[in-house]
Amino acid sequence: MEKKLILRGALAGGLGGLLAFVFARIFAEPLIQQAIDYEEGRGEAQEKLDRAAGLAVGGHEHEIFSRTIQADVGIGVGLIVFGVALGALFAVAYVICIGRTGNIRPRALALLVAAAGFVGFYLVPFMKYPANPPAVGNDDTIVQRTQLYLIMVAASLILMFVAVVLGQRLAKRIGTWPASMWAGLGFLVAVGVVMLVLPPLGHLDANVAEAGKRATETPLPLRDPEGNIVFPGFPADVLAKFRVYSVTAQLILWATIGLVFAPLADRLLTGKRSGSARVEETSAA
Amino acid sequence: MSNLSQTASGAISTPLVSAKAATIWLLAITAFLGLAVIYFVGMDEGMTSVFGNTAVVHEFFHDGRHFLGFPCH
Repeated sequence: MEKKLILRGALAGGLGGLLAFVFARIFAEPLIQQAIDYEEGRGEAQEKLDRAAGLAVGGHEHEIFSRTIQADVGIGVGLIVFGVALGALFAVAYVICIGRTGNIRPRALALLVAAAGFVGFYLVPFMKYPANPPAVGNDDTIVQRTQLYLIMVAASLILMFVAVVLGQRLAKRIGTWPASMWAGLGFLVAVGVVMLVLPPLGHLDANVAEAGKRATETPLPLRDPEGNIVFPGFPADVLAKFRVYSVTAQLILWATIGLVFAPLADRLLTGKRSGSARVEETSAA
Repeated sequence: MSNLSQTASGAISTPLVSAKAATIWLLAITAFLGLAVIYFVGMDEGMTSVFGNTAVVHEFFHDGRHFLGFPCH
């Protein structure tokens, strides 16, 4: 039974990844290309400044994969494989939740676990460290940024788990609805504290040394020694759209996992034994 | 341990996963594999690298990493 559920989770995840890829290919890839064009244009402007200042100019990076491969194959394989893994993890969480999260039907539980996954695994970390297109992000801070992002993801998931466990206990005393509200509120407050404690990316040492204390790593306009702008800052529209599409893609992914898995799990869990009416009766006890 | 009471109640409120070793292994291995895959798609050859720093994995998944919200260069 558990194996079947996990396989169905992986299947739903793969489908979600495929849909997210179709969305990404149509909506996100043009933005990624614009960001890369910006990065290259900025690099050339920087080289000109360096040459004028008599500095050594570094050679161009060797491309391992063409942009076509990255944009047509890489992101596709990436999103589908990611979706399968996510779907399997989702199914593990679902299997563990069965029978431990109160009187709930298999389908509703699938949607709740998927919603929790979207919020806990992606949305909360995104609120602190949002997705960035190419060109936004300092090469020298990749280690710290990855660590901070992982801390944010771990904190979000652990706090969500704690909130669910405490909420379950509270529900026995004050009822499901108030308990859910309190658990949700507690989760938000705890997550907010973690966000306040963790530093903004702009405050990392390498970034402060470069441009003073800023909130983010988004490239500022490039100036020559006289202070004239020779290349603009990163376009705000591209950044904003990229982030909205990133959230949309994760919504597509998690919604597909929840909606595809729900009826499959329902058939497995209720169809195999008795009718769904009996499930409700006995589980109410 | 092995003789768990299999009440044929049909209720979903009975925990499906009990202390059965096989089940726990299945879940643990699935979770591990899932996280490993997510690591390779999202993070390998960035902060840390498993098979040498060739940048091949990083570059192949480049667009997906940015789009999924993982820190990238």
